[in-house]
Order: sequence, then C-alpha cells, then structure tokens
Amino acid sequence: MKLTGWTAPGGSEELALAFGDGGTQRLLVLPAWFDEGNKLRHVTIETMRALERLGVASMLPDLPGCNESLAPLDKQDLPSWRAAAVEAARQLGCTHVLAVRAATNIAPDLPGWAWVPLAGKSALRAMLRAQIIASKEAGNAETSDGLCERSKAGGLVLAGYRLGAEMVAGLAEAELPHSALTSVTQAEIGGPGLWLRAEPEHDQAQAEALARIIAAGLLA
Amino acid sequence: MTDTVPAMHSDQFEAELILRGVLADVLGLSPERVAAFDADTGLFGHLPELDSMAVAGLLTEIEDRLDVLIEDDEVDGDMLETFGALLAFVLAKRADG
Repeated sequence: MKLTGWTAPGGSEELALAFGDGGTQRLLVLPAWFDEGNKLRHVTIETMRALERLGVASMLPDLPGCNESLAPLDKQDLPSWRAAAVEAARQLGCTHVLAVRAATNIAPDLPGWAWVPLAGKSALRAMLRAQIIASKEAGNAETSDGLCERSKAGGLVLAGYRLGAEMVAGLAEAELPHSALTSVTQAEIGGPGLWLRAEPEHDQAQAEALARIIAAGLLA
Repeated sequence: MTDTVPAMHSDQFEAELILRGVLADVLGLSPERVAAFDADTGLFGHLPELDSMAVAGLLTEIEDRLDVLIEDDEVDGDMLETFGALLAFVLAKRADG
C-alpha cells in the first residue's frame, strides 16, 4: 500500500491510498459516506488488499471534506463530489470504479460495480432520523421536514457531520442514478451488511467475496 | 373461519423472527443470543452501542424487511426501549398495513 495524492477541482490537495501496481486496468474505489464510511472503511481497505493479491490495482481517494481532507465538508455538494470523483479517476489513471453504498450517487462514467447502492435520499433520511431520535431524547420534537427547512438557512449538523444547505437539498432529491454499474447484492457477498452494525466490525470473508467478484469481472 | 387464526399467528411469528434477525445484524450477536431476548430485554438506552445512528439504521432495515413505513412522529424512546415494545410496535404496523 502506498500513499499518493491528487488535486480536487476546488484546488485542495487530497490523499489517496494505492494498492497494487501494473496491469492495464485500475479500480477507483469510492468509499461509503458519513457514518457508513466509518463502519465500512476496514472492509473496504481489506477488499483492496485482497484485490491486490488477485492481481488488481486499486485507488481509494479522499473526497474533499472527508477523511484526511482539509477542505471544509460544508462547502461540498453532490455536483462538487461528482466532479471530484471524475477528476480523481482521471489523475489516478483508473479504468473502472467500485462505488460503495451512497457513493453510487457520484460515480463517474466508468464501467464497474456498486456494492449495495444507497440512494442519496435514503442516506439523508437515516441521518435525519438519527437526529430526530437524539433530539427526542433531549426533549425536543423535530421532524425531517422541519430539519430540511432549517437547513436552508445554513446547513445542518447530522450525526456529527456538518453538511451545507446545498448538500442537504441535493441529497433530499437524489434517487439512485441509472448507471451502467453492476449492482453487487449483500446476498452475493454473504453475511449481514456491516453498515448496519452499531459498532464498526470487520468481516474478512466479505472483503474476499467482493474482491473475487470484481477480479473475475476485470480479469475475464 | 378456523384457518384464518393460524395464518395470523404465523404472520406474527414471521415478523418476530425477522425483527430478531435485524437485531442480530445490528448488534452483531449470534441468532442464539437474540433468540434469548424476551419482552423485557432492554434496547435503546440500555445497550451503549445502540446509539441514535444505529437505531436509525435499525428502523430503516425493519422498514425494508417487514415492508412497513415508520413515520418520524412514531419514533420515540418508549417504543425502542425494550424488545417487547419494539415487537408490539412492529406487529401493530403490520396489522395496519
């Protein structure tokens, strides 16, 4: 594994993890978002290690505002992330893409896979619901509509993530795109979705299964 | 007449099994551990790992697997506090649907 870098369209210098080298094909891995991103980071990286063992090189860029990025998350929105994903693919020389969960919403126009894709609106709904539950415990009644309305004045902090008004509005409308990506279902991977876990946990068998599916498609 | 009663019971039984399955996946517990949950087993507020984000995921998964829609204003601490309360809520939603 090597650390490399790329420059986002907004000018920020971002990191990327590079696994494997050689070969004519290289996979761009777009990680899951927000809370799911934390829960799936381990299995995502182990999938890339497993791909390297199978002879497939892959790249995991930080999106602006995520992970080690110094760019402010609340200045990002869906179009800026889409542009960032396209630019990361170009600069990192990727020919294929693996979009994990909600990252399917910003996948560049490359062949590849979507692991249990999640519409942006569903990702937002889960975070709004978490906020409503937390507020209710604190004695405040809130609704999804009320939170979305409040967001227009300056964004929202949801599940600890400061999202800008544009991001919240974009997510609220985001259906799953009709992409050319092949959906990988959890039934194909085996075992429960690790994004569901209350505590982040790893399952090596899931990483190996996902890597085998991708390698079989890429190296066929 | 007699054949509708067992059908309803089997639907309740199925819903309970599915709910236990969702809890096993969220809590990372074995099916045996979750099979031992009874009506008084504490959930939200009793299990530190079951935070608001995990509960939100739990509810979304319940919606998907049990084909129900849970409204914002139906979600409260009481309905999430014990396995019995959550099961009663889910069965009532299924009966409505």
